[in-house]
Amino acid sequence: MVEGMTDVLDAVGLTKRYRGVPALDGLDLTLPAGSIHGLLGPNGAGKSTAVRVLATLLRPDAGRATIAGHDLLTDARGVRSAIGLVGQTAAVDEVLSGRQNLVLFARLGGVSRGDATRRATELLGRFDLEDAADRSVSTYSGGMRRKLDIAVTLLRRPALLFLDEPTTGLDPRARAEVWSAVRRIAHDGTAVLLTTQYLDEADHLADRITVLGAGRVLASDAPDTLKRRLGPDRIVVTLPAGSLDTAEAALEGFDGTSVDAERSTATVDASGGPRTLLAVLAALERSGVTPEDVLLRRPTLDEVFLALTDKELR
Amino acid sequence: MNALRSGGLLTQRELLRWIRQPATPLLNLVFSVMQLLIFGVLFGGSIVVPGGDDYIGYLVPGLLTLTVLFGLSSTQTAMTADATRGITDRLRAMPMNSSGIVLGRGGADLLMSAIEFALLLAVGLLLGWRASASPAAILLGLLLLLWLRFALLWVGVFFALTLKGPAQVAIGMVMWPVGFVSTVFVSPERLPAGLAAVAEWNPLSATATAVRQLFGNPTGVSGGILAEWALPLALLWPLALTAVLLPLSAHAYRNLSR
Ligand SMILES: Nc1ncnc2c1ncn2[C@@H]1O[C@H](COP(=O)(O)OP(=O)(O)O)[C@@H](O)[C@H]1O
Ligand SMILES: [Mg+2]
Repeated sequence: MVEGMTDVLDAVGLTKRYRGVPALDGLDLTLPAGSIHGLLGPNGAGKSTAVRVLATLLRPDAGRATIAGHDLLTDARGVRSAIGLVGQTAAVDEVLSGRQNLVLFARLGGVSRGDATRRATELLGRFDLEDAADRSVSTYSGGMRRKLDIAVTLLRRPALLFLDEPTTGLDPRARAEVWSAVRRIAHDGTAVLLTTQYLDEADHLADRITVLGAGRVLASDAPDTLKRRLGPDRIVVTLPAGSLDTAEAALEGFDGTSVDAERSTATVDASGGPRTLLAVLAALERSGVTPEDVLLRRPTLDEVFLALTDKELR
Repeated sequence: MNALRSGGLLTQRELLRWIRQPATPLLNLVFSVMQLLIFGVLFGGSIVVPGGDDYIGYLVPGLLTLTVLFGLSSTQTAMTADATRGITDRLRAMPMNSSGIVLGRGGADLLMSAIEFALLLAVGLLLGWRASASPAAILLGLLLLLWLRFALLWVGVFFALTLKGPAQVAIGMVMWPVGFVSTVFVSPERLPAGLAAVAEWNPLSATATAVRQLFGNPTGVSGGILAEWALPLALLWPLALTAVLLPLSAHAYRNLSR
């Protein structure tokens, strides 16, 4: 098979500047059909700019892209017929009901009245919105709004779906619902480009993660490879007041040991996974320190950035 | 999807909004009627127009014109709200002719104006307003008003696309002097010379005077450009506004992707 044939998105060198300052600086991106790609980065990294350029809302200053076989620069209409966009704010009519929104946007997308009604009912069921279907969207919770927003983009069964920070501001339950919706969408064959500020979100959902910082690609890899590059999980031990020095001495031999006096915590790299955890607890026990709390956590996005930008500089 | 069909669908959307949330259109209508009551009943006795004591006959065509002007801000507000909510972006990312967005807006706005006209004329009748003209002339007068409304649609669209935050609010304020320094409420012959000249050249005055002529109501002008040229001016002013602002709006719309 020819490489690229099954790619829904193929972008090279996409650049967008505002008054000479690049918001997006040479983005290369490839998405196979049905895959989920996570675009990970902090506020201002250029995630929305990337999505808006690819969704034909912004003209790039340089670079090119093909989406479902349509050229981004010369065939915007073709691109639009192949994509769905869920922007950072829920773009639905607040006064209308969920059903009315779905029917309206389906018909604007060229679906006949009868099909629009059928498809609306089907999607309301699939997103668990039947009970609220005929209420004004203004009465919806953030999670319901987000689901409706996603449902609207599925009316036309796009080949590529953009989701710009779909779970920012949602409670954990709503976040889980959005996650399972995204998985199902990809399973049904739609490729998803998802932006997020959360490493765990990209890790859970994405087949591949591109890390953006100040408009530039800092890394692009499968989540596992990326995590390996980012180093191991961390063990964070909260210590009783006054035992910080004892604990620091006890944990001296471990990888990446550091203490935070303000928070009264000690942090150790979990290089050996759970075995390191047991060893840490045993070492503390021997020196007579009983931790108040122990947790195992992924590197945070801040740590990811430190790690990646460090490597860049070296 | 072609512009006419998507425009029709977006007009329908606005009708659904009116049904679900009638307070918004109703307040709009109450505001128009309130103006008619304030100026017709409260101030009416104290305002004299040259050539007659029929102030309500003078006022009704004037207020019809004023609602057309204030309609500009509903166009602008609605367009701005859609842009802020991301609905404009959603539509822009769909395979849809973008003219449909303005057509849909225009359909709803012209319809709202037509409803306002009907209501103002009905209340006007109760207050003693009468037209002494053929139905065809009255219809022509109403079409002239809609023609001005169409031109102001582009003004509203242009401001919505180009102005941000406080500047948008400023437009709402600028409308008042534009509305009042015209022949909507008073005859230019009663104004100080400088203001009278401004009022005579105000596009609203041309439409208001032409409608008065067509309705057979007192025009308040016995000579000068309005007396002789109101009707052609009422056709040309909106044409000129559209000719300038339609391309500017289209340009501003394309600039959204910059
Ligand atoms: N319309 C604009 N005008 C000027 N600068 C902009 C504009 N939009 C975005 N930017 C800048 O581009 C950078 C990337 O923004 P954005 O893509 O929104 O980041 P993210 O979505 O990752 O938070 C930021 O520094 C932002 O300030
Ligand atoms: Mg963003």
